[in-house]
Order: sequence, then C-alpha cells, then structure tokens
Amino acid sequence: MSNSLKIRAFVVLGCLVLALASLGPTLFGGSLPDWWRKAFDPIHLGLDLQGGMHLVLGVDADKAVESRLDTMVDQTEALLREKDVVFKRVDRSSGERIVITVYDEDAGNQVDAFMKESFPNLEPLTLTADGAYILKNYRISDSEIEATKEYAVRQALETLRNRVDQFGVSEPTLQRQAGNRILIQLPGVKDPQRAIDLLGKTARLDFKMVMEEANPQDALAGNLPQGGQLLYERRVDSRTGVATENPLVVEAKTVLTGDLLSNAQVRIDTRFNDPYVAIDFNAVGAKRFDQVTAANVGKRMAIVLDDTVYSAPVIRERISGGSAQISGSFTEQEATDLAIVLRAGSLPAPVTILENRTVGPSLGQDSINQGMLSVMIGGLLVVIAMLIYYRLFGLVANVVLVLNVVFIMALLAIFGATLTLPGIAGIVLTVGMAVDANVLIFERIREEVRLGRTARAALEAGYAKAFLTIIDANVTTLIAALVLFQFGTGPVKGFAVTLSVGIIASLFTAIFVSRLIFDFFMARHKVDRLSI
Amino acid sequence: MQIIKHDINIDFVGKRKLALILSGVVILIGLASLVMKGGPNYGIDFVGGTLVQVKFAEATDAAKIKDGLASLSLGSVVVQRFGDDPSEFLIRVQQEAEGQQLSKQISESLVMAYGEGQVDMRRVEMVGPQVGKDLRQKGLLSILYAMIGILIYITWRFELRFAVGAIVALLHDVLITLGAFSLTGREIDLPIIAAFLAIIGYSLNDTIIVYDRIRENYGKHQKKGFSTVVNHSINETLSRTILTSGTTLLVVAALFIFGGGVIHNFAFALLVGILVGTYSSIFVASPILILWDDFRSGGSTKKAAVEGSAS
Repeated sequence: MSNSLKIRAFVVLGCLVLALASLGPTLFGGSLPDWWRKAFDPIHLGLDLQGGMHLVLGVDADKAVESRLDTMVDQTEALLREKDVVFKRVDRSSGERIVITVYDEDAGNQVDAFMKESFPNLEPLTLTADGAYILKNYRISDSEIEATKEYAVRQALETLRNRVDQFGVSEPTLQRQAGNRILIQLPGVKDPQRAIDLLGKTARLDFKMVMEEANPQDALAGNLPQGGQLLYERRVDSRTGVATENPLVVEAKTVLTGDLLSNAQVRIDTRFNDPYVAIDFNAVGAKRFDQVTAANVGKRMAIVLDDTVYSAPVIRERISGGSAQISGSFTEQEATDLAIVLRAGSLPAPVTILENRTVGPSLGQDSINQGMLSVMIGGLLVVIAMLIYYRLFGLVANVVLVLNVVFIMALLAIFGATLTLPGIAGIVLTVGMAVDANVLIFERIREEVRLGRTARAALEAGYAKAFLTIIDANVTTLIAALVLFQFGTGPVKGFAVTLSVGIIASLFTAIFVSRLIFDFFMARHKVDRLSI
Repeated sequence: MQIIKHDINIDFVGKRKLALILSGVVILIGLASLVMKGGPNYGIDFVGGTLVQVKFAEATDAAKIKDGLASLSLGSVVVQRFGDDPSEFLIRVQQEAEGQQLSKQISESLVMAYGEGQVDMRRVEMVGPQVGKDLRQKGLLSILYAMIGILIYITWRFELRFAVGAIVALLHDVLITLGAFSLTGREIDLPIIAAFLAIIGYSLNDTIIVYDRIRENYGKHQKKGFSTVVNHSINETLSRTILTSGTTLLVVAALFIFGGGVIHNFAFALLVGILVGTYSSIFVASPILILWDDFRSGGSTKKAAVEGSAS
C-alpha cells in the first residue's frame, strides 16, 4: 500500500473515530463514563423538537425616559422648595422637557442658576411667555435619552434573567436584540402562561398614602383633586373566585418604592390560611418606612403594584422593624410569583410580548418521530436507487452517504449547534443532494470507460473532471445557506446550519472518502473492468 | 443500469419556444391567482397574529370550535383541521396590536366549552404586527441578497450572461412555486422563505452543472455553433440531471408524506421547486444563453451593416 493511501486512510479513520466519540453522549446519554460526557455535549434540540417557549419582549424604553423625567421633576420641586425659590409649579411636558413656571424674571434667573448647578445635562430652551408667568423649559439631551434607554434595556435584561433563574428552567437563553428587544428561550417549560405572567410583569411596587378626603365617585366622574391619582383596588372572593375592583384615590406622590426591598418571602396567615408576601426593607428603606409610618398613624397606606392597589391597611402605629406585608387575596401560586418578582426587582420600563412561540412537549416528540421516519424512508429509497443504478459503485456511494449523515450529526454536536425540525428537513435534503457529487463523478467515469480508458485511468479522469463542477455547484447552495443563516431566527437558522454543514460534509465524503475506497480496492485487486 | 442512453440526442434547444410559452403560461396562471387573491397568503409570521394548535380528547369539528370561541369576539377566526386527525385543529386569529394575549383567552374559552382536561394546547405562535413586518422585510431581503451573492459568484466563475441566465431561471422557479402556493391556498410563513432559498440553491446547482458542460464543450467544439453545443451539453448531463433530481425528489416526497403537519407546506415548496428547478435548468437557463448569443450577434451584424453603408 502506498504512503499517500495510508495517510488518507488514517485521516478518514481519525475523523470517523472523532465523529463517533462526539455522538456518544447523544446516543447513549447517561450510561457513558463521566470524562466522555464532559468532552462532548449531546446534540441540542430546538424548542420546536423538545418543547418550550420562545419569547421576544419589547422594552418600552420611552417609558423609562418619562419616569426618569418624573423623578427629576420630583427632585427639582423638593430642592427648589428647600432653597426658598418662589415658583408656581414644575411639570413634565412632551418632547422630553421639564417646565418650571415662575412669576417674575428674578425667580427665573434663580431657577436658571440652580438648574445649571443641579442638572448640568439639561439644556435650557427659549422661554415662552404664558400670560403673566414665565415658563422655563429644560430639555434632556439626546445623548442622555439614549443613555437612559440603553440603561433601561440592560437593566430589564438583568431583571428578567433574575426572574428566569428563580423560575427554575434548565438552560434558559436570554439575549438582547436590536430595537430594544429581548429574546428569551425557555426549553421544556411546563406552564407557559405562568412564565408569561411572571416575565411580563413590570413589578413596580409603590407605597402611597390614601387621600381620605377625596371621594372616589367624584374622581370617577373626572373630578380628581390636585395631586391625586385614581387607582383600583383588586379583591378576589376566595370562595367564588370573582374579582372585583374598587376605585380608590391616592396621592400621586410615592412615599416609598420597592427598590428599597432587601427580601420578599411567602408566608401563610395562620388564622385564615391565606398566603401573603412578607417584605423586608434595606437600611434606607427601613428608616424611610419608620418616618412615614410615624407621621401617618391612623391613615391608610396603599400598597400599589403596577398601578393596582393590592391592599390599603390602616397604619395603627409606627413601624420601625423595617418589615411589612402585602396581603391581597392571593392563591399560593400568585403569592410565590409575586415574591419572585419582588426579589428579582422591578423592570425599569414596561415590556410587551412581541412574539411568542410555544411548543408543547408532545408535539415536539411527534415532530422528532416524523422527522426521523422521513430521514429513514428517504435515505432507504436513495440507497436502493443508487444500488440499482450503479451496482458496486452504488454500494460505495451508499457507504459514503451513511458516513455523511454521521459526520453531519457529529459536526452539530461538536459545534453545539441546535437541531430543529427544518434542520431535519435540511438533513433529508442533503441526503438527496449528497449523492449528486457521486453521480457526477460516476457519470464522468462511465464516459471515460466508453472512451476505452483502463479502469484506473477512467477513475482518475472521472474524479479530476468532476471536481470543479462539484465545487461550483455546491458553493452557490452554500451562499444561499449562509444568507439564510444570517437572516434566520430559531428553526430557520437550524435549516441553514444543517444545509451548510451537510454540503461541507458531503463534499468531504463524496470526493475524498469515496476515492479512498476505490483506491484501496484497486491497490489490492487487479481490476480491468469497472462495475458501473 | 442506464435510464438515459449515453448517445441520446434530444432536441431540447429546438423546443425552446414551446418551453418559453409553457413557462410563461404557468407563471401567468400563478400571477393571476396572486392578483385575484390580493397578494401572497402570508402566515402569521409575516402579518402578525396568533396561531394555536389544539388537540381535543375526542373528535370534534370546526363549527363547534368556532361556537366555543364566539364569546371572545376575535374578529376573523380561521379554524382548520391539522393533518388527518379529526381531533387536532389549527386556530388562526389576526392580531391588531402588540402584546395581546389571545392564546390565553382562546385556551380558557375552549376549556369552558369542552371541559377540563379535554383540551391540549400543543402549540402557540403569537407574532406582533411589528415583528411580522420586520420578518417579512428580512425575508424578502435575504432572497435578494442570496441572488446578488450568486450573481457575483457565477459572473466570477463563468461570464455575465451565464449569471443572468441563472438568475432568470431562479426567478422563474420562485415565481412558479409562489403561484403554486397561491393556487393551493397555502400560507407563506418563515420556513417557506427557507424553502425558497433551498430551491434557489438547488436550481442553481442543476443549472451550473449544465453550464459547466457548455463551457467545457464550447472550448472544444467552437465550430459547431453555440446552440448545438448547448443542446449537446444538456444531453450529456441529462442522465445525471434525472438521477439527482430523482433521488432528491424521493427524499422530499418522503418528507412531504411522512414529515408531519408542521413541515407539510415546507416539503410542498421543495417538491414543486425541485421539479421546476430541474425543468428550468434545461428549458430556461440554457436557452437564455442562446437568446443572448443571438441578440448579440444580431446586434453586431446590424452594426456592421451600418458601418458598411457609411463608408
């Protein structure tokens, strides 16, 4: 046997051993030794095959800018008051602006100086006279807006990751996408609706004082007192399960927020067996809570989550321990999820679900079975066709075809690519097309044989002449597959992956491996006539 | 074994007018269907909406399901049987705005109508209108980019006229497949774009192999005239064309029949595309080369005549 033959045989054998080794964990799973399973991951199945959830959430980053401005308005108001500057009011206005209304030029100058010092990143705008008042406009800069949005999306991603971690899904994926979108993939999730509820909640917790003197009915009619806010208190009857919503007027100003929490836990109220969420404030929160409760004994404090009042208990006495409880009429599940979102923190801006694809595990299994069945049947048909058409050469093409599928699967395992249902279709298609390279070579060999060449010369010429044709034909398919890969999401990407991997594997097997088999055979036997 | 005798010589090129008329008619029928139905029938991936695949414990029918959903006032609801199973259905609802949780409402209403444990939500797909628009744009762009990439590659490896012929053949294949989708009332969703790109890849594969032979033979037998060389090359590669298309069709047919409902349309696209792609590499891509050649030589003789009269 010649040296070149030995080297080639060694290369192919090496590839085969590596391929089989990498497929071990996929085929035999837990029964393999540890080092083996550590070395190679089993092939990842896409969500459409193993069941699971694919969500794209859009972060409403504009809202984050608005709430940033709201905070600035609050701060400005408090600081101006502290400095004894006379002003009528501070508002947030459209176009990302803060408007401070003052009575005279003098106060206007004071405000200008103060704003320049306190908020250097706000741009003062031209004044607009409004009757006797002077309106001082301050615009938040574009770079500041961008930074706020950017921060909101990053913060949202972080918070969502915390929530997913506490939700308990194995191997979740969270990724930031263009356009303030976040992609979340939860393989094998059991209760998709619960996941949506948990992830979609902003979970902004506010403590607000109830405006006892305001009449909710008046507020409903549109008569909202200055500084008031109309919210609804949610009550669920534990026996009938019917939810009711009662209007309640609270002060728009938040006295304490959920950001100051250090922990949240589910507890059960022993008297009625009702679950509630016990919250602990951090040091700053505890101090603030102590002050607020001390100043408002006898009044009601509303616990507001995402603009819904959960409860509005009366403050009986000053609470200095830094802990409180949120009771509402929760089921245990609701209480658990509420505790999770409170621990994970609130989202800096609301999110909306832009895309949701959920596949149940039973459908995934059906897809795997049907996909495998079509690979087998399709493969078998091709094998039979090749045997009939090319006899012994067909047998070689078939051996190479089986090798091709083994290599495709091995490459998927090695690169940690994901196998999806369209991906299986890609393998099926590759099986059909992979024989093409061999067909091209064999047809060339037949032509050469007809021209009266010897077996060896015909083989030689057949491979040489078909080579460039095969490359040209496959590169174009590869271009299409790469474009698809660039564009594709989820299942479609899976198709692009198996198609391109399949093309590369089939080039290797159909050209290199099949040639090796023939050369090997010819080296041992004297062949005069080719069986083709 | 041989299906095609090696010395076969069918006059493909001579039938190019007939072939062009046939292709034209088929494309026109498809386009007419597209126009009458007001454009392609996009699935929820491209227009936004909610698709739910539900398996009921017992056989039921679309009317009963619609009754169960009547209280929701969902607007246009399409209920279709999924495959051959009388207990499995697809429910499709157009979505007006982002973030609506229609699947939850649908599931609750169905459980109410059919009873607890009778309804299995096997698949939910919700795509917001904005995402749908993005995906549609990306899908069309990807087909465009693939074509440009291929045009460049073939121009580099062959000549521009070959690239133009290949692209015309591709458009031909994609248009006919699109028409077949419209005629059979199938929806175009994300995997179908993948199928279109696969068809593009496959059709080219076929075309290039014929082109490669034309290039090789043209170098050898330039005296015989271009159209004879083209016809000869098609005949020489005919055996390969039929065998490869045959094996590929076998596997795609297996996918179409056994692959299950989820990729049924995907397999259909491939089935049509491969058939048409094989046809087009013989009857469209190669005759275009001859047309181009005729046009060029016709133009140059005219030009020569003008020059002659001027002198």
